[in-house]
Amino acid sequence: MKIVAAMSGGVDSAVAAARIAEQGHEVIGVHLALSSNPQKYRSGARGCCTIEDSHDARRAADMIGIPFYIWDMAEEFHDSVVENFIEEYANGRTPNPCLRCNEKIKFAAVLERAKGLGFDAVATGHYAQMRETELGRMMYRAVDPGKDQSYVLAVLNEEQLSGALFPLGDTVKDDVRIEAKKRGLYVANKPDSHDICFIPSGNNAGWLRDRLGADNGPIVDEDGNQVGEHQGAYTYTIGQRRGLNLSVPTEGGIPRYVLKIEPKSNTVVVGAREALAISHIEGEKAIWCGPIPQSGVAHRGFAQVRAHGTPLPCEYRTDGKSIIAELDEPLFGLATGQGLVIYDGDRVVGSATVSATK
Amino acid sequence: MAIYLDHAATTPMLPAAIDAYSRQMAEIGNASSLHAQGRAVRKAVEESRELIARAAGCDATEIIFTGSGTEANNLAIKGFFWSNSKKNTIIVSTIEHHAVLDPIEWLAEHDGAKIIYAPVDSRGVINLEALAKIVNENRDEIALIAVMHSNNEVGSLQPISDVVEIAGDIPVHTDAVQSFGKIVFDFAALGVTSATVSAHKLGGPLGVAALILKRGLDITPLLHGGGQERDIRSSTVNAPGIVSFATAVDQSLMNLRDNYFKVNELATQLRNAIKAGIPTAVFNGSSEESLPGIVNVTFPGTKSETLLVRLDLAGISASQGSACSAGVQRPSHVLLAMGISEDDADATIRFSLGSSSTEEDINTVAKVIADVVEKAKL
Repeated sequence: MKIVAAMSGGVDSAVAAARIAEQGHEVIGVHLALSSNPQKYRSGARGCCTIEDSHDARRAADMIGIPFYIWDMAEEFHDSVVENFIEEYANGRTPNPCLRCNEKIKFAAVLERAKGLGFDAVATGHYAQMRETELGRMMYRAVDPGKDQSYVLAVLNEEQLSGALFPLGDTVKDDVRIEAKKRGLYVANKPDSHDICFIPSGNNAGWLRDRLGADNGPIVDEDGNQVGEHQGAYTYTIGQRRGLNLSVPTEGGIPRYVLKIEPKSNTVVVGAREALAISHIEGEKAIWCGPIPQSGVAHRGFAQVRAHGTPLPCEYRTDGKSIIAELDEPLFGLATGQGLVIYDGDRVVGSATVSATK
Repeated sequence: MAIYLDHAATTPMLPAAIDAYSRQMAEIGNASSLHAQGRAVRKAVEESRELIARAAGCDATEIIFTGSGTEANNLAIKGFFWSNSKKNTIIVSTIEHHAVLDPIEWLAEHDGAKIIYAPVDSRGVINLEALAKIVNENRDEIALIAVMHSNNEVGSLQPISDVVEIAGDIPVHTDAVQSFGKIVFDFAALGVTSATVSAHKLGGPLGVAALILKRGLDITPLLHGGGQERDIRSSTVNAPGIVSFATAVDQSLMNLRDNYFKVNELATQLRNAIKAGIPTAVFNGSSEESLPGIVNVTFPGTKSETLLVRLDLAGISASQGSACSAGVQRPSHVLLAMGISEDDADATIRFSLGSSSTEEDINTVAKVIADVVEKAKL
């Protein structure tokens, strides 16, 4: 096969590229430049789009012995990931930019360009497994539960997945580092990336405030009484407890949590933890990683709402375009905009964007 | 077999230059030492300086060796600016290499310099009327005028003598990195105040270049230390690099005429082959007043990034003409300055030929170019 290995400059994508090159495929390494001014998103060794990271990726490609190119995806990244991130927060939702990046950039724009160059597939260092089953090629969780990234890949449809390779899904992270050392890849000890790559400071609230303005407004309780003031409703997230600085304490000192964000009235509603409990999740813009589950009937499965969240047993229904999941046990704190991913055991069924809860 | 058509980026070292480099590396001695070994090294360096001076039409003392063309350009620009505290305006053409543009923009951001950009025409040649107007309107404020001798992306030669005439007593710096060793370059005849030349563009080694600076002029150094190179560029003198540089200059000058016609002929063949395969192809730059080996071509409706990757995978090395440190391709500021649209600039690549290029290279490109371009269409 002819394969494009997406190389971030980190250890995972380097080992993934080395593995497929070793299997005898025709491989080129590609680093994505996600900012027109790499210094702007500078984030030392934590992110994936600094000049240093592109050098690390180039050196890894040299050591593996594959051609290496940098593809400029800055415009696409800004338009479909960064702008979407800002817009979602402005609407009182909590987006996951890694989901958008996989959906719109890594397995869309990159895959398209790769196919245009005559390549068959894009390989990444994500931890997930593709398996041939009687129903076709399906995505499963990685064997390393701590590193499993199937959640952020659940936004890929069947066609995108048919051009995706995840060579690390069968390996635990520690072994990947050991393998990197054995292969002489000097990125072996590079720390894992965390945070949002385009917010290197890790201060998401401050970053959003710079872009959306510090628009002060009331924090109210469930009865509408003002109990504090906020500096931009969009800097809060459902279920948040810390950093509220409420001026009016509750009787008995019961802690309060963010229950609701109302962007139109610029109001944050707080209340007791019990009020966060939800067991009904509605998701829109469903994407199916395999066959679409039969509509009109209830299916048993697991719902996951965060990248490294717990899989929650549930019953779900779909009409193909949306998903409604009824959890067996209530969940505390779920914001709209988050990704709802449905699993059948370890198999990824599909995903949707949370639009309503109760 | 790999076909190298990126000679303007760097060109293979000449065998004689490699020999000279190796031989000098075996010699011990710091050219600044007074003992026998030091004197021997100093002699080799000074003979090299004289040889390069003869080739460049300057005095030997006018040559200040540096570590790169970028360094020489920085030294000239910052040196002139800092040594003349009364004048803060710098005039620069819009098609300069980043090694000239960026230090000037840095001075504007950090040190109060005022930049006036001098426009070029659609062939990439400086507009002398516009330049004269700018200079006359700002004459008392101008610290320096910087106009390159020939453009690295499209090959257009610049009318430097005319620029010097317009400048009068204002210092003129010219970046001659692409010209020296390929076309006639005569420092004294041009009348410029300073010029940059570099070894690796003409078959010498990487890591050695020179600022040619009119004798008697004192500019502020970037590097302070042992006082080498007229106290303008302190650093232990890179004797092997300089000796090898001189050898490459000697060979290039000896073969200048033959190489010029040979490379020019190959470039014409390449243009014809491209035109035959892709009739919509557009060539950029001046067709007459040009460096011999630059073929800058737009393939409308394509993306240069895709063209270059496809060519590379087919074993042909070309370039976009300029690359930033992260290797990200950006629409060329040179093409935009020539009035080419952003889309067309983004669909443009540069083949650059050198004395080691062959007819076979051109034939190979001729065979694949139509297919490569067709598949790079959006």
